[in-house]
Amino acid sequence: MSTHSLGPSESTPPLGQQALDAPIDSQEMVVNLGPSHPATHGTCRLVVNLDGENIRKMKVDIGFLHRGFEKSCESVTWGQVFPYTDRLNYVSSIMNNVGFALAVEKLCALQVPDRAQYLRVVSSEMHRICDHLTMVGAMGLELGAMTAFLYAVEARDLMWDRLTEICGARLTSNYVRVGGVARDLPDGWVEKTLATLDRTAELRDTIDALLTRNRIFMDRTRGVAVVSRADACEWGYTGPCLRASGEPYDVRKAAPYLVYDRLEFDVPVGTRGDNFDRYLMRMEEMKQSDRMVRQCFQRMEPGDIAVRDFRYVLPPKPQVYGTIEGVMAHFKLVMEGIQVPAGEAYGYTEAANGELGFYLVSDGSGRPYKIGLRAPGWPMVASMPVVLKDALLADLVPTFDTFNMIGGEVEQ
Amino acid sequence: MSQAAAEALLARFPSDVTRAPVGPGGDDVVFVKKERIADACRFLKEDPALRFNMAPYVTAVDYLGQEPRFEVVYNLYSSSLNHRLRLRVKVPESDLAVPSVCGVWRGADWFERYCYDMYGITFPGHPDPRRLFMYEEFVGHPLRKDYPLRGRQPLTPEREVADLFRGPGPESRD
Repeated sequence: MSTHSLGPSESTPPLGQQALDAPIDSQEMVVNLGPSHPATHGTCRLVVNLDGENIRKMKVDIGFLHRGFEKSCESVTWGQVFPYTDRLNYVSSIMNNVGFALAVEKLCALQVPDRAQYLRVVSSEMHRICDHLTMVGAMGLELGAMTAFLYAVEARDLMWDRLTEICGARLTSNYVRVGGVARDLPDGWVEKTLATLDRTAELRDTIDALLTRNRIFMDRTRGVAVVSRADACEWGYTGPCLRASGEPYDVRKAAPYLVYDRLEFDVPVGTRGDNFDRYLMRMEEMKQSDRMVRQCFQRMEPGDIAVRDFRYVLPPKPQVYGTIEGVMAHFKLVMEGIQVPAGEAYGYTEAANGELGFYLVSDGSGRPYKIGLRAPGWPMVASMPVVLKDALLADLVPTFDTFNMIGGEVEQ
Repeated sequence: MSQAAAEALLARFPSDVTRAPVGPGGDDVVFVKKERIADACRFLKEDPALRFNMAPYVTAVDYLGQEPRFEVVYNLYSSSLNHRLRLRVKVPESDLAVPSVCGVWRGADWFERYCYDMYGITFPGHPDPRRLFMYEEFVGHPLRKDYPLRGRQPLTPEREVADLFRGPGPESRD
């Protein structure tokens, strides 16, 4: 039996610089991340081929959260699709409701009342703040900054409290209807929300102070997963990820819908297209959304919250119980659904992660013939193997976060 | 929406492109013959007056009972000129191969995989033609109108995965 000494033996000379820098014969290793890895935000399986710490090849395997969104929608009425859209991007569900409602209204050539438009913008922009807070907080978490996440979640829950007061649920809002919205604001809601916005802004600034000029955070995010402007277009990026790469495309400016053309807001555009820029986009967009909500409160006037056309919107209850026309309209809407004119249309809106598109085909009946969903996160996730080629494994998870894959919408 | 883009495409491919009625909301739509779709897309992307630089949203529709049965829809967008165009391609059930536009925009990759997965339309020239959401052993294409709403998929036997990176499936798959 021989004894082993832990230190360098007397006879071996110390290693020279050349020997230290010499490449080690190494084998590529395959690591399977997910599908239920906490860093994959949902259920996405990433298989990476590692050479040391560097990713040489990568495969993205999605579909673990596939629920058959489009198939389910084909067997329910147009109005019953709204709860399904809630579950697409569950962090900002009202934006999905709005996107779908606008696409249906495009087919019906329906113009919703002013107040309903303002309410849709207010709730969407509040949800945009929630979505960005989640992304920013989780990004800190993934780089080891737990505190930022706690602040973000506190702010997000404050927002969700306000949204619960108008729609009755934290996550699955089901607030928007074809032709308007479901409920008007409760009494005193505007004042309460202004206070919430102030508190949220405070918390956002705290996160900003914790992360934006943080040396470790900057070193970990700057120059990581760079996507050039041309590549971003080539892949079909939209939303903050596209703008971080320098392409100033925002549906709210390019093709204004609802009341966005009446509001004053800026669209931040990045220069480098790295993780840090994608983070900065979110921070700035939260400020802009805050601005928009406040402007809406100033300009909103009392009025109808839905069109007064009972081919699209359920009549008020006294009318249902008191008049034959009311009963008939109610019955036909519930049993047969809204009779959307036959045709096809593509409606698109700016959701938190980019262009949320609905390609609708109607055969003139009360049920959708086809609903095609263009999830904003789709192209970003598809591009990951190329964007992260030769990157460090430790950068994979924060990049996954800045692309902000939401399993609900990408995997439908 | 761009009337001009539709006109330019009609002028360039007079025998392969036909105009569709303007959709609700003023969407410009044209029908393109299946064989020329990749050429038409390349033209739309590279022509300096059209510049459809963004990867389109590609989806498919099953018009069961009509002939041709399927349709692949390309929603094109140009971020530099801010205009849109929709291309519709009729696909008969007897010949489900549509030339891939992955060579034009890399971003069409997953959308075409989705069309294959859900409708069984194939895209010759696609770099990685696999299913997107469903697993390899899944039988049928769920978004087809004749796919039953109730039923069960056959159980797939657990098998040794020799190559974790490649995953299960026949050797020749990718």
